[in-house]
Amino acid sequence: MADTLLDIRGLKTWFKTDDGMVRAVDGVSLHIDRGETLGVVGESGCGKTVTARSVLKLIDMPPGRFEAGQILWQGRDLIPLSPEEMDKIRAREIAIVFQEPMTSLNPVYTVGYQIAEVLHQHQNLSKRQSIQGAVEMLRLVNIPNPQKRVHDYPHQFSGGMRQRVMIAMALSCKPKLLIADEPTTALDVTIQAQILELMQEMKDKLGMSITLITHAMGVVAETCQRVVVMYAGKVVEEAPVEALFGNPRHPYTQGLIRSIPRVDRAAAQKERLEAIPGTVPSLMNPPAGCRFAARCKYAMDICSREPPLKEVGPGHRVACVL
Amino acid sequence: MSRQYVIRRILLMIPSIFGISVVLFTVLALAPGDPFSELAANPAIPPEVAAALRAKFGLDDPVWTRYYHWLIAMLHGDWGFSFASRINVETLILQRLPTTLVVIGAAQLLAIVVALPVGVLAGTRPYSIFDQIANTLAFVGFSLPTFFTGLLLILVFSVQLDWLPMVYRTDISGAGWQWYWEQFKQSIMPIAVLGLFQGASLVRYVRSAVLDVVRLDYVTTARSKGIGERSVIARHIVRTALIPVVTLVALQMPVIFGGALVTEQIFRVPGIGSLLISAMLSNDTPVVMAVTFVLSCLVVFFNFIADILYGWLDPRISYR
Amino acid sequence: MAGSTPASLTAERPAGAGAAVAAAPRKQARFSPGREAWRRFRKHRLAMMSTVILAIILAAVLLGPLVWQVPINEIDFAAKLQGPSWTHPLGTDDLGQDVLARLLYGGRISLAVGLAAMMVACVVGVLIGAIAGMSRGYVEAVLMWLADLFLSLPQLPLLLLIIYLFRDSLKSVFGPEGGVFIMVVAVIGGLRWMQVARLVRAQILSIREKEFIEAARALGASPVRQVVRHILPNALGPVIVAGTIDVAAAIIAESTLSFLGLGFPPDIPTWGRVLFDAKDTIDIAPHWALFSGAAIFLTVLTINFIGDGLRDALDPRRVL
Repeated sequence: MADTLLDIRGLKTWFKTDDGMVRAVDGVSLHIDRGETLGVVGESGCGKTVTARSVLKLIDMPPGRFEAGQILWQGRDLIPLSPEEMDKIRAREIAIVFQEPMTSLNPVYTVGYQIAEVLHQHQNLSKRQSIQGAVEMLRLVNIPNPQKRVHDYPHQFSGGMRQRVMIAMALSCKPKLLIADEPTTALDVTIQAQILELMQEMKDKLGMSITLITHAMGVVAETCQRVVVMYAGKVVEEAPVEALFGNPRHPYTQGLIRSIPRVDRAAAQKERLEAIPGTVPSLMNPPAGCRFAARCKYAMDICSREPPLKEVGPGHRVACVL
Repeated sequence: MSRQYVIRRILLMIPSIFGISVVLFTVLALAPGDPFSELAANPAIPPEVAAALRAKFGLDDPVWTRYYHWLIAMLHGDWGFSFASRINVETLILQRLPTTLVVIGAAQLLAIVVALPVGVLAGTRPYSIFDQIANTLAFVGFSLPTFFTGLLLILVFSVQLDWLPMVYRTDISGAGWQWYWEQFKQSIMPIAVLGLFQGASLVRYVRSAVLDVVRLDYVTTARSKGIGERSVIARHIVRTALIPVVTLVALQMPVIFGGALVTEQIFRVPGIGSLLISAMLSNDTPVVMAVTFVLSCLVVFFNFIADILYGWLDPRISYR
Repeated sequence: MAGSTPASLTAERPAGAGAAVAAAPRKQARFSPGREAWRRFRKHRLAMMSTVILAIILAAVLLGPLVWQVPINEIDFAAKLQGPSWTHPLGTDDLGQDVLARLLYGGRISLAVGLAAMMVACVVGVLIGAIAGMSRGYVEAVLMWLADLFLSLPQLPLLLLIIYLFRDSLKSVFGPEGGVFIMVVAVIGGLRWMQVARLVRAQILSIREKEFIEAARALGASPVRQVVRHILPNALGPVIVAGTIDVAAAIIAESTLSFLGLGFPPDIPTWGRVLFDAKDTIDIAPHWALFSGAAIFLTVLTINFIGDGLRDALDPRRVL
């Protein structure tokens, strides 16, 4: 790990609700190296989105709060930074793209204005230069006719096009890290492929790292070099992508991989798609010990104690006693 | 905003004004007895005037004919003759209208200047101490009837402290800044009463609109851009929260006119509202009808202004 | 690219910022809707306090005259315009009548007007809303246009106009008290049905296609039965909230009318009327105006707070 960009250590982001403390992220450690694409996978509510937003401190506080941990950006902890200092990191160093392109753009401003806003803020450009920069960014993300489109409002764009605008906005200051929080979930399947391709292309052009948050194992297999699997607010397995798919160690990871629908197998062997039984446990009062134990077919007595993350191969760690 | 949108909005005013005229005329037609019966008995009114009025309103014609004649006369600006002050109704109204518009305009301005920052601050910090105080004061503000606030202000600032004149005078002497100072002093209380009442409900509107916007995705996007919390609030939260507020303010317009009526009565402001009351107390039917109609038209007109503002604030509207 | 494949077959919702919070399972213990609403209402401290205060006001107004048996119209010029004392806890008015007795008695009428007008508004609103919601096509369009039209009518001038035109004939039929009461209630209620109508219609539109209504329809329930048994209970929360606010608004409307000298006659001391009588002596006998104004203010404020609490309890989605 000679060249680590971001190093999250033991992060706990909790939310205070009327009914108690929700431990959305409960001791997550992960790191991202320069130039790599890291996949973060897990079910809805496993804490991956909260982890992503914690990095940019986009969590509403209250009700949220950082209970423990560090978020080291090139060795500097972001958690104690003032809002003003944080604003120098946002968009300039770390940018984020959200899941819902339909609602992530402000409907009352032109897309050009919304991109130019970033340039104006961080690059000391004049208003006109910023708009020109916005045109360039729109061209970069392959939006046809950018000169004209820059003056259009979000509602005049399709979902896929809006996600391109979001990516253009995120990349306008050439950040070192792009966090993509389920960037394709809300899009049509054909558009999803285009957006992922675009992100790959941008990564090659600008030489940044990408953290791709997704629940789609297929996407992970195609785009990432390394994968972190999260379950109920914790990291359960971390591995290079080949190792994860070739030799998944955690029962939850195994379940995830088996639940990928495969048309060839289903047709040939009349095999039923395998699902993981049960649901994610409550993050309010999570079970002691391994949080997956209740749904795990290998569960045994020892699982009532917290399993440590142990190294099982090069860069391959798993939080399971097996 | 397209020209088409503005034209469509202008055209939409026509059925509203038509509908209001029907409602008003229905009320008049349904009124038991002959609204002009007192004319004959009233020695102050020359018989020929009474006869002319009876003829104009064609009191023996069928209802729709009467309505038609009445509407045509109103559209021609021929609004009849005031029994009490013996001048044409339209002249009378034109004399009084500017004062009312100034009072309402200034009050509305005051309401916005007070309510916008308070509402935004409360909305961006929900359930903080500031929010709770602002919210409670807002409730107090719109639970205080304007007539009571007016009396309280008179009691404190005119009776106890003797800072401000009790009633509005039209015959202020003097010139230059002296005159303006006197005008200003006597306008403070009517404007404050109306403005604070409006401001109180406006605070609630702004607060809840801001609360609705704060949790939207694009606000998080704006925060992720590192443009600073102030820009996020000013450009991305307030700007969009204003859209529903404009609609709510438009819906409040009838209430504002009601409040103006009471305020004018308390402070004896010579506006269109006190004209209405005095006309009613002296059974001056043509003035009553005309003032009600003018007030209704003003409400429709301000709704139109609100629609235009709405279209300007929200680019999605004019494309629909 | 293989496209996305869900990591598991548990329902994957596209959730935004609150994904993690939302995904946390709901609280285990289940309350009945009434208990749950009560639990939420109790958390609104101001609403709870207001309930107690309003209950005290109600009790005072209902039972007070039995305890405080001073006649409301005992004229005693020797004791006129006196401040609070043991014989007259709230002082006396310009005729030496006991203010406390008058306020207790007048409160009955003020509150009765508020409640009755609210009921008129609710009945009319539910009827029109239900008809509009159940009938598609032009009936719905016309009714909703009517609601919009009524919303843009300046209420107070219209109220005054109607009272001005109909006052005398109603007085002759129902007597001075009954006539004014019926008219004030009918007019205030008749001008406030729009909100309820909109709520009911919106509710009907949103649940008309839901399964349980389909089921009721399939079982041959008549439209009236569908509305009464299935739709109204669902619309009840918002309607109760709107109705509560209507009571406050009606009390203000009545006192405004009386304050302008166009409501109840002088021998019926509603709170607004007392304030109207008191306003000319505010410099020498402020207690008279203050106590009557405070009665209106306190009642309206507590009702508004209760409305806010009820909104939190019954209609948690709406903020305004």
